[in-house]
Parts: sequence; C-alpha cells; structure tokens
Amino acid sequence: MSLKYESTLREPLVDGVKDYHQVTEDIISPIEGKPGKLWYVGFLISLSLLGFGAFSVFWQIYFGVGVWNLNKTIGWGWDITNFVWWVGIGHAGTLISAILLLFRQGWRTGVNRAAEAMTIFAVMCAGQFPIIHMGRVWMGFFILPYPNTRGPVWVNFNSPLLWDVFAISTYFTVSLLFWYSGLIPDFATIRDRAKTKLRKLLYGVASFGWTGSTKHWQRHEALSLVLAGLSTPLVLSVHTIVSFDFATSVIPGWHTTIFPPYFVAGAIFSGFAMVQTLLIITRKILHLEEYITLGHMEAMNKVIVLTGSVVGCAYLTELFMAWYGANPYEFATFFKYRAAGPLGWSYWIMMTCNVITPQVFWFRKMRRNVMVTFVMSIIVNIGMWFERFVIICTSLYRDYLPSSWSYYRPSWPEVGFYMGTFGLFFTCYFLFAKYFPVIAVAEIKSILKTSGENFKEGMEKYEGETAEQFAHAVHHEHAH
Amino acid sequence: MAVKNFVVGLFDDEAVLFPAVKKVRTAGYKLHDVYTPFPVHGLDHAMGLRETSLHTAGFIYGITGTTTALSFMSWVFNVDWPLNIGGKPHFPLPAFIPITFELTVLFAAVGMVMTFCYLCQLMPGVKKHIFHPRQTDDKFVMVIELTEKTNAEEVKRFLNEAGAHDINEQRAEAGWWYGRFDQADEDIHARPVNA
Repeated sequence: MSLKYESTLREPLVDGVKDYHQVTEDIISPIEGKPGKLWYVGFLISLSLLGFGAFSVFWQIYFGVGVWNLNKTIGWGWDITNFVWWVGIGHAGTLISAILLLFRQGWRTGVNRAAEAMTIFAVMCAGQFPIIHMGRVWMGFFILPYPNTRGPVWVNFNSPLLWDVFAISTYFTVSLLFWYSGLIPDFATIRDRAKTKLRKLLYGVASFGWTGSTKHWQRHEALSLVLAGLSTPLVLSVHTIVSFDFATSVIPGWHTTIFPPYFVAGAIFSGFAMVQTLLIITRKILHLEEYITLGHMEAMNKVIVLTGSVVGCAYLTELFMAWYGANPYEFATFFKYRAAGPLGWSYWIMMTCNVITPQVFWFRKMRRNVMVTFVMSIIVNIGMWFERFVIICTSLYRDYLPSSWSYYRPSWPEVGFYMGTFGLFFTCYFLFAKYFPVIAVAEIKSILKTSGENFKEGMEKYEGETAEQFAHAVHHEHAH
Repeated sequence: MAVKNFVVGLFDDEAVLFPAVKKVRTAGYKLHDVYTPFPVHGLDHAMGLRETSLHTAGFIYGITGTTTALSFMSWVFNVDWPLNIGGKPHFPLPAFIPITFELTVLFAAVGMVMTFCYLCQLMPGVKKHIFHPRQTDDKFVMVIELTEKTNAEEVKRFLNEAGAHDINEQRAEAGWWYGRFDQADEDIHARPVNA
C-alpha cells in the first residue's frame, strides 16, 4: 500500500494494470519501432504543404508584398490574422504545463508534453507572419535594439509592435526551455534501454548525461516549479501584448480596454481545441488511450466551454459598449459593417462556431464523446480563426473616408503561406510524435501509485476510516 | 572526480526504499546517491540533502533582467538619443512595463536553466556512469560508496536485509567526463572488481 492515497471518487488518470516498467514500455516502444504507413503519408503531406508554403513566401519576397491582396485600406489581412491565431493556439500548452502545475492538477501529466510541443511549433509558425509581412525581410534585424551605425537610432520602446517582438521571443525561449528540461529525464530513459548504437549515441547527447540522481531530481523539481511560476504570468502577458497591437490604436473596433482578457480567453479556447485535435489522433495511432483517457478529454472540454463562454460574453460586451458608448463610428463598425455588410458573413461564422456550438459541452455525454470532441475542436479552431479575421478586417475595410472603403480576399501566396505554416507545424509534430516521448514518462510514474486504476482497487475499505486509523494502518504495515 | 568502489542495490518499491535509506544513514555507511526514474517526494529529506537554492538564483536573475530593461530603455530615451516621439515623455514608465516584464522572465528562465545544467553537470556530450540501465526505467538504485573502513561483504548483506536485490560491486568514476553513450565506459571506469 502506498503512503499516499487518493479517494476512489476521483477517476483514475491511468487506466489498466500498470507498473512503472509497463509505463515505459507503452510510451517508449513506438519510438523504437518503425513508423506505420499512416505516419509516412501524413509526414509527406506535411512536407509538401511546407514546400508549397516556402514557394509562396519566395514568390512574395521576390516580387514584393504587392502579390498579396492587401491594399491601402486593409493593411493587415490574412498575415496578421494567422499570426494571432497561431500564437493563440500556443497558449493552451503553457496553460496545461504551467498553470495546471501550480494548481496541482494531476491530469495535466497525460497531456502536457504534447501540448507544450504544440506551443513551440505554433509559436514557430506565428513568428513567420510578422517577419514576412515586413516586406523587406532582409531588413528584419532593424527590430532589434542594437548599437548601429545609423546614429545609433534605436527602436521605439513605446511601440506595442516592439513589445510583441520581446513578448513572442521570450515566450518561445521560455517554452522551449521548459519543454526541454522536462524531456531530459525521458531521453535518458530511452538512452538506457536503447538496443542500437545510433539511438544510444543520439539520445545520449539529447539527455545531457542525466542519471536520475536524487539531488538532480530535487533541483529539477525546483526548476519546474519556478519555470511554471514564470510562465504563468508570461502566457497571460503574451496575448495581452498581442491585443495591445490593436487596443492602443484608435481604430473603432480595436480601441477597447476589454481586449487583453478577451484575447487571452480566446487564445486558451482555441489552444485547447487544437490540443484535442492533435491528441485524439495521437492517442489513437500510438495506442495511448490508457494514458490520455476520456477523463482527460472531458477536463479539456470543460475548459473549452468555460473559455468559449468568456469569449461569448466579450462579444456581447463589445456590442453593448458600441451602443452604450454613443460613439457613432464604433456603433457603425459593430452594427453596420461587422454584424452586417459585405464581410458580415465572417462575423456570423465566428458567432456560430465560438459561442453557439461549444454549448454542447454542458452535457457530460458530449464531453466524453470522442467524435463530438474531434468535430468540435475543428469547429472551434475555424471559429477562432474567423474571430481574428473579423477583428482585423471588418474594422479596417470601412474606415473614416468612404472613398477608400474596400473589400478583401486573399491572393494565392497568402493562402499558400498559411498552408505552409500548417506544413511546418505538422512536419514538426510528426517528427515529435515519432522520435520524442509524447507523454511525460517520469511524470506519469510519479502519479501512478495514487491515480493509476490498478492502484485504486482495494482502496474502498479505507474510505470510511479516519485519518488516525489510516495512519495507524500504514505505520503497522511498515513495521513488518 | 575520482574512481571509487561502490556497492549497488536495486529496490522495486519506494515504500521499501525509504526505510532502507534511513537504515543506511543510521548504520553510518557512506550513501553515494539514490538513482530514481522519477522524482520521489521526500527522498531528498530522507537522505539528508539540503534544500536547493535554485529559487534564490532565479530571483537574482529576474531582478537583473528588470534593472537591465529599465535602465537600458531609460538610457536610450534620455541620454543616448533623446527623440521626441509625438510629444510623449522621455520616461514613459507604463510603456516600459511590458518589455521590463518580458526581460525579467527571460533572464530568470535562461539563468535558472543554465545554473541547473551547471550544478547537475548536464550538457550534450557529458557522460556519467550508469549503475544500472533500469535506474531510469523502474528501479530505485541505491549506491553505497566503499571506504577503507567498510567491508564490501558486510554492506552487501546489509542491503540484502534492507530489501534490495541484484546487489553487486562496481568500480566506477564518480563524476562526469566527455564521452559517448554508445561506447563502453573507458577502461578505468566501471571495471568490475572481481572480473
């Protein structure tokens, strides 16, 4: 009997009869085998998307930003929409790995590794857009405050666009460090059971020479805790700063103080949807249903319905303030050109996907249904893409001067660029799923004896006991 | 470091490991380390290790980031190239907050990870002796260092009574060296004593 004990009322986090070695086997053995046909098919599709994306970017750089359908009125289109969308997706990974760690949510251990990987790949995709959208990408280093020969003329530290540079690069660096520090012990596990020389060499290098010493674990725990504590305000700050790109301007529809919490909730909403999409496929293909259980999916669906409702409240608040604020321009933006007008269809797609459909998750049956969750996760991501499109384009296409009113649809290099980031994202994810432990092996082991299904059996008899009786029984057992 | 002689014992269950650690300490043997596949809570206290100061280091790195960001931005805006940006003040503290915060987090995180790697001697290319290949899988590996005063057979018997199995004696480098994990430990490292 374990010294720690968790009530049987709580659902097990690991199903099936497991011991520590079985956990290692289940998670590491897919890495050691040959990938299946589906993996190759998926990987090749991702690579070709990536190739097409690279070609689209080449086209844009070669001929200039003119190949995009942006114009004087609509200066931000698909590029910034996609940037905000990808950054938002990343937020769920940090929420799972950092905020749920601070809240001591045991279920995060099953999903955190894959979710953090998703964060890193999503931020990599996001970063492409502002850089390429500069037009003259070879001047990209101008955004860095370095002592230059032009004065030196420094960057403008008052600018939210510069804050973004700092926020996104810090976010990427910290997420990467957090993710990799968690991976080191698991790489050591792969290294020590490796049968081939090459695997032993590569995972030996990747594991940094980790041994599992108690002192090292103690420091590792301290490091994880502090990194979680740092990442928690960081993740909130990143989308807050992204929202400042809009909120600090004077464009009706952008100039609102509600943006930071609204953007953060939306980011977590779309991020969890993307985690669901990825994990439903991953658990099926790698046979990890016992580690990523229906309980995990239900917990994430609860987060989706909560954040979806927060986002819904924000939409309604915006509409209310547009009317109550008595600013004719803001009123026109929301009621004449967003909810109606030539781009009005995008507003209603957003409303349907983000506010109406997620309400199915109020029902437990729906939260625990894999197919419903999968379809919903895609709907939510479409909805959240349209949210960013609505915020950016429907605020811009009808400005103060009717003669400059315009319409916007993307050209093929813009679509190709977006598809290319999907290629980048999934290429990275496929490589991750093949060569990295998709579940944090060491973390699963540390919760196994309290939350594993077979360890929970026979615990019912302790349910009626007082703490003293339980402590006495434990003491008695250890005396022998 | 140095090449030393060790007695190694394996435990299957942390419930057996804890009393064994206690017994080793009361018996006065030199406990080299306990290798575990996952962080076992309370084991560091049971072994009598002191708390880590990594948090304090993180705090110091953090405030270094804060001061770097604040002082650099104020220097740029006030001393190096005072520029009138739309009549805005030269020390706009609220506008400095986002970058200050980001640099605080960045310095703290990067500094802590680097300190962690330094303290635990973690780096690509670093190699250490692995006492048992399953210490990163499912076994808790207790390693007792042999000194002139300890008798190997006595320690083995002691470990056996404490609940360990697969008890063996190893001669190995206690520290780290540059090496590859696909190659056997260099001659001097991990030579079985009785071979």
